[in-house]
Amino acid sequence: MNSLADGEWHRLHPLSPLLRGGLMLLAVIGFVIANMRERLTEIALGWFAPDLQPTIDEELGKASERARFAADPISYVVEHDLVLWAALGVLAVLLVVVLLFWVSWRMRTFRVTPDVLEVRGGIIFRSHRSARLDRVQGIDITRPFVPRLFGAAKVQVSVAGQSGNTELAYLSSRAADELRRDLLVLASGARLRVSAGPVGPTPQAGASSLSDLLARRADELLAPELDPALAAPESVVQLPVGRLIGSTLLGGFVILIPVLAAVIVWGIVARTGWVLVSLLPSTIAIGSYLWARIVKSLRYSIAGTPDGVRIGYGLLSTENRTIPPGRIHAIEVHQWALWRPFGWWAIRVNIAGHVGEASGADQRSRLLPVGNADDVRRVIGLIAPGASVDALLRLGMAGRRTAGSAPRQAAPYSTPSRRARWVRPFTWRRNGWAIADGVLAFRRGLLLRRVVFVPLARLQSVAVNTGPVGRGLRLATTRVHTVAGPVVPALPALDRRAADELFEQVIRDATAYAAADHTAAWGRNG
Amino acid sequence: MTSATAPAVEANIDPAVRPTDAVGAEPGHDEAEWRGVSPKYLTVQLISDLIFGLVLIGGFSAVALLRGQVFGWIAAGTALIITVVLLALLPRRVRSIRYQLRADDIVLCRGIMFFRQVAVPYGRLQLVDIRRGPIARMLGLAELKFVTAAAATAFVLPGLEVGDADALRDRLVALAETRRAGL
Repeated sequence: MNSLADGEWHRLHPLSPLLRGGLMLLAVIGFVIANMRERLTEIALGWFAPDLQPTIDEELGKASERARFAADPISYVVEHDLVLWAALGVLAVLLVVVLLFWVSWRMRTFRVTPDVLEVRGGIIFRSHRSARLDRVQGIDITRPFVPRLFGAAKVQVSVAGQSGNTELAYLSSRAADELRRDLLVLASGARLRVSAGPVGPTPQAGASSLSDLLARRADELLAPELDPALAAPESVVQLPVGRLIGSTLLGGFVILIPVLAAVIVWGIVARTGWVLVSLLPSTIAIGSYLWARIVKSLRYSIAGTPDGVRIGYGLLSTENRTIPPGRIHAIEVHQWALWRPFGWWAIRVNIAGHVGEASGADQRSRLLPVGNADDVRRVIGLIAPGASVDALLRLGMAGRRTAGSAPRQAAPYSTPSRRARWVRPFTWRRNGWAIADGVLAFRRGLLLRRVVFVPLARLQSVAVNTGPVGRGLRLATTRVHTVAGPVVPALPALDRRAADELFEQVIRDATAYAAADHTAAWGRNG
Repeated sequence: MTSATAPAVEANIDPAVRPTDAVGAEPGHDEAEWRGVSPKYLTVQLISDLIFGLVLIGGFSAVALLRGQVFGWIAAGTALIITVVLLALLPRRVRSIRYQLRADDIVLCRGIMFFRQVAVPYGRLQLVDIRRGPIARMLGLAELKFVTAAAATAFVLPGLEVGDADALRDRLVALAETRRAGL
C-alpha cells in the first residue's frame, strides 16, 4: 500500500530543504556576488586603467580609501595570494550547509494515524507536533511559484487555536493531493479503506525520462485548480478577471483617490516637490496592495465537494484550501455602496484557527472576493444549505423590509420599532433579524449592506447590551459571540423586549442545535 | 467606573427594569433563582475605587501645584466628582451583578448604566478560571472567569466566597463535561 496515511513515518520531498531555505541561500550568494562585483570592478579598474585611479583617490580621500582596502577581506585575499584557500573555505561552508540540509531532511518525518497527524523534526531542538484530525478546521495546499516548477506543494493542516498550523513543506504535488484526500476521510470520522484503489506512484519514482517529467510538470502547471471529477460543475463559481479588477478598484481605497489627486495637484501648483516625494511611499504601498489583491484572486474558483467547500486561487503561486463541513462559525455577505450599481457582493466567514496569522488571515476569511447575486446564492447554498436560508439571503440582499412586490407578511425579518430611528436614523428600517433552520440572520447597513448568518449550532454565547441612551429609549443591542474573525454578528437598536426575546430564543435554539449537530464528523454514518 | 460619564441620568433609571422580567419568563425553563454576589465585595470595590480615584486626583493636583496650571485643577476636580459619584453608586453597582444557573446555560448580568447580559450554554465553556486579587483574598473572596472559544464572551463573575467559587466551578466543569459539544 502506497498511501502516505498508512500510519508509518514518511519523509518529505527530497528537495524540501532547498525549497524551504535553499532559495534564501541562493539569494544570499547572489547578493554577495553582486556586492563583490563592485569591488572586483574597482580592483580591475585599478589594474587596467591606472590613470583613473588618482581622480578616484582624490574624490574619496586617499587615507580613507587605503584603510578601506586594508580592512576589506576580498582585497586582503587578493593581495596575499590566498584565492585558493578562500575558494576551499567557501566550498567547505557550502558542504556543511548542504549536509545540514540533508540531515534536517532526514530528521523531519511525519505520519498519519487514524486519529492524529504527527510531525517531528529538528536537529538540535527537536520538535514533535501532533494534530487531532477530528479538530481539523481546514487543509490548505499551497504551491508557491518556484516549488510549483519542481512539482512540489506545501500542505497546511490548521486546527483550532492560535498558531495551530501543522505544515508539511514540501511534498510532491500528487502526494499532497492524495494526503489531503486521506486526511479528510479520516477527519470525517470514517475509516480509511485500505483498498482505496491504485495509488499512483510518486513522481520522482515514476520519472522514467526527462521528457515524461517535463510533460507532467506542464500538465500540472496547466491543470485547473480544481479536479473537475470532484465537484459538480453547477456548484462551481468562477470569477471573471474584469469583475475582479473592477471590484478591487472600486473597493474601499477609492475614497483615497480624490484625496491623493488633490494633494498631487496642490503639489504641482504650489511647486512644493517634497509633497510629491512624501506621497510616493504611500502610493506605492496602495498600488502593491491592490496588485496583490488582484493577483491573489486570479483563477479563483469555489466548489462544493463531499468533504467540504474547496477554494482555489492564484496564477503563479496557487493556493487551494478545503473547509470541511461544520467549520464555518459566521458568514457575512456584504456589498459596498459603490458595488451596488454592478450588483457585486463579497462573502467573509469566521473560521476557528485562522486568527493571529496576520498575513494570511484576511485572505483566508474571504470566501468569495466578489460575485453577483447568483454566485452569492450558490456559495451560501454550499455552506448553509436550505430553502429558508436562501429566502432570507434574497430578502437580505434586496434592501429593506420586503423584496420588491412581495407581500408584507412574507417578510421573515423582524425589524426594530420606530424608536430606533433616534439612534439609527438611516438604517432602522433595514436592520432586521430572523431565525430559520438553525441559522440566525442579521440584516443591516446602508452604505455597507450586510447580511450575517450564524449557524446556531456553532454559537458560543449571546449577549444583550444597553447604554444610557438605549436605556432611555428602551432599546438594546443583541450580540452573538462566535470564534474570532472579521464577522462580528450584532444588531443594534432593537426594542428592549424584542432583544430579550431574541436572546432567549437564540440561547435555547443554540443549545438544542449544538446537541443535535453532527456535521463535524460528517463521514461517520455515511 | 463605567457609569461615570452620565451620572445625572442614573438617578432616573427605573430599578424595576430588571433582567428578571425577561429571563425565566419562558415556560420551557425551570425557574432558577437569581443569585447575587457577596456583600463583602462592596468593600473590595470600595478600596480599589478609592485607590484609583486618589491616585488620579493626587496626580492631577501634583501637576497643578508644580506647574501652576489651571488645567490640572480642573482635571483633579473632575476626577474627584467622578470618584464621588462612583462611590455613591457603588452599592447599586455591586447589587446589579447577578447570575442564574438554568437547565442548559448560565446567565450573567451586571451594570446599571451600561447593562450587559450574557448567556453561555454549559457545553460551550472551555474553561473556568478562579482568580483572587490581594484585597479580595484578605476578605476571602474570589472571582470566576468564563472562557469560551469566542474571545468576546469575556465575562467575569466577581465577589464570590471562596468556597462558593470552588463549588460553582466544579459544578460548571461537570456540567460542561456532560454537555460537551464540538467547537
